[in-house]
Amino acid sequence: MSEQLKVPTMAEFMAEGKQPEILFWVGSAGSYDDRAKKITKAFVKILNKANVEFAVLGTEESNTGDVAKRAGNEFLFQMQAVTNIEVLNAYEVKRIVTCDPHSFNCIKNEYPGLGGVYDVVHHTQYIEELIAAGRLQVGSDTLKGKRITFHDPCYLGRANKVYESPRTVLKGTNANIVEMKRHKSTALCCGAGGAQMFKEPEKGDMDINVMRTKDALETNPNIIATGCPYCNTMMTDGIKAHEKEADVEVLDVAEIIAKAQNF
Amino acid sequence: MEYIPQLLFAIALILGIGYFAKNVMKLRRNIKLGRDMTINDNTSERWKNMIMIALGQSKMVKRPIAGLLHIIVYVGFVVINIEVLEIIIDGLTGKHRIFSSIGSAYGVLIGTFEILAILVFVSVIIFWIRRNVIRLKRFLSSEMKGWPKNDGNNILYFEMILMTLFLVMNATDLKFQAMDSGNVISQYIAPWFSDFSEQTNHYIERSAWWLHILGILVFLNYLYFSKHLHILLAFPNTYYGKLTPKGQFENIEAVTKEVKMMMDPNADPFAAPSEDEGDAEVPAKFGASDVQDLSWLNLLNAYTCTECGRCTSECPANQTGKKLSPRKIMMDTRDRLEEVGKNIDANNGEFKDDGKQLLGDYISHEELWACTTCNACVEACPVSIDPLNIIMQMRQYLVMEQSAAPMELNNMMTNIENNGAPWPYNQMDRLNWKDE
Repeated sequence: MSEQLKVPTMAEFMAEGKQPEILFWVGSAGSYDDRAKKITKAFVKILNKANVEFAVLGTEESNTGDVAKRAGNEFLFQMQAVTNIEVLNAYEVKRIVTCDPHSFNCIKNEYPGLGGVYDVVHHTQYIEELIAAGRLQVGSDTLKGKRITFHDPCYLGRANKVYESPRTVLKGTNANIVEMKRHKSTALCCGAGGAQMFKEPEKGDMDINVMRTKDALETNPNIIATGCPYCNTMMTDGIKAHEKEADVEVLDVAEIIAKAQNF
Repeated sequence: MEYIPQLLFAIALILGIGYFAKNVMKLRRNIKLGRDMTINDNTSERWKNMIMIALGQSKMVKRPIAGLLHIIVYVGFVVINIEVLEIIIDGLTGKHRIFSSIGSAYGVLIGTFEILAILVFVSVIIFWIRRNVIRLKRFLSSEMKGWPKNDGNNILYFEMILMTLFLVMNATDLKFQAMDSGNVISQYIAPWFSDFSEQTNHYIERSAWWLHILGILVFLNYLYFSKHLHILLAFPNTYYGKLTPKGQFENIEAVTKEVKMMMDPNADPFAAPSEDEGDAEVPAKFGASDVQDLSWLNLLNAYTCTECGRCTSECPANQTGKKLSPRKIMMDTRDRLEEVGKNIDANNGEFKDDGKQLLGDYISHEELWACTTCNACVEACPVSIDPLNIIMQMRQYLVMEQSAAPMELNNMMTNIENNGAPWPYNQMDRLNWKDE
């Protein structure tokens, strides 16, 4: 089922003596998690379609250390950060795009203090840029009349105040964008942040993702849009808990764009 | 004999302000028990934040009902304090309504005070109803039992009494009523006392005057023991509030040094630390297990918290029934800091180990591990308190000093160490997705 994705590596660019426009930071989820890999591929299709000269680090990429830091392991975080920064600086990387708000936040805000200064953008910001520059068309009738509600990832929204880019991109699809009662700065977390993704929740009377999907389902959506691989997993599980997986899809903004254009 | 009231007034004033000043010094000392950190950047942005958030109440109005009521009480408090200035001058000089010499503007001034006083009174009643009759959920959490609940109500009673005394004082001041200027509210209260003689009215007026100013002095001294400290500390707290993106967590410098050394191929791992480097630069421990390990800003945060509970009501963990409550984190920090302060007072300025600490005795592991670091609490706080920062420092202590992370997290971290991903996949398979 290989779809002829063009995914050059930094090493290949280097060998040709070229610099790509952007480095696509795939992230651990995007590289290994089955669901997140689909998001990665959808974004690559968009990059291919828009003829973006991009590269990935491939096997030279390592975990950002973000999740170790949030778990309290500053040593491990800084070890990972310094290792990655060495690679990124060796390739003279200037601009980084990633589909993971956690990598986005970590590289953008926490790497500079350790010697890694880059222009870091989230893939929804980059897609917005491609559309604005006329390199990518998203308007089609595929999603016309569909109700889409966007769930703000904490590390994109509250943490970095990026609220509009994903919404602008989604509006371009001619779908009907509906907001949950709590959105943007008051959006409820999906429950995965702060290393929760990797552990069982503490004792309580409900799971956070079930509560958040309830927020989303109240908008009566056809699609719940996410901008983070972890949110995607949490919302997908939440939909199952509400037994709505037959009626509602959970898709990343990149997947929605790729779907709208039948990429 | 005729100077006795002035003398008594001066004594009351000195005692009231003196005791308050003593407690302010204690407050300062306790905050300085925290880890040193320097904040001297972006002064203009910091002043702007203080003016917008503390003075301008910009975050209070995110919840319109509470926000509006709070602004009334706040404006009332600030403006009516001009009247306190007159009372102090009158009290010290033996004059009566010294500002009335400014003419008709005085009527406007007092009229404004009276309108604000009645608005404050009504707002405070609504606040009381919200806490005690409607019983809003965020005022009923487990950390609000006992003193915090009484403290909240005490403040409201204080304000009701002070506003009543102010209006009664004006209503029974027959000379002021005769001027018929500025008595916009008190003219309707005056008839309640019209059956009494002129002399009785005078006694009531004097009693109200004295009780009003004494009440203010008592209230001033109540602040240190109360969540009401926020009326003062909101200003420095919003000034020193975080300016970097909420998602940016500090990198621990001492760790950076060690990591850089470990990564440096030329570094001699067995080298003894040179004399001038010393041990002073490396902290005694990583993260925080007690209040002295936290920064002074964390401790200022704790004293500033007015226990409104907006943080806790926005917290995803708390909303889903977990033990974590960001408000409790702040209250625990303040309670422990007070305990440490009292310990120092009782031991001639030295802290004597009491076998207790913030971690475990106040804040449990379970609370700390329930946090999703989503920043909802930080976003919600109307006075720029950062409970997440304290939670993170305590997690750092648990992980780096005690290796006490939940087992699944230890597995996740071992995976990152071994193969650069939180799952046990091979680093060399990182690009396999492109061909799948």
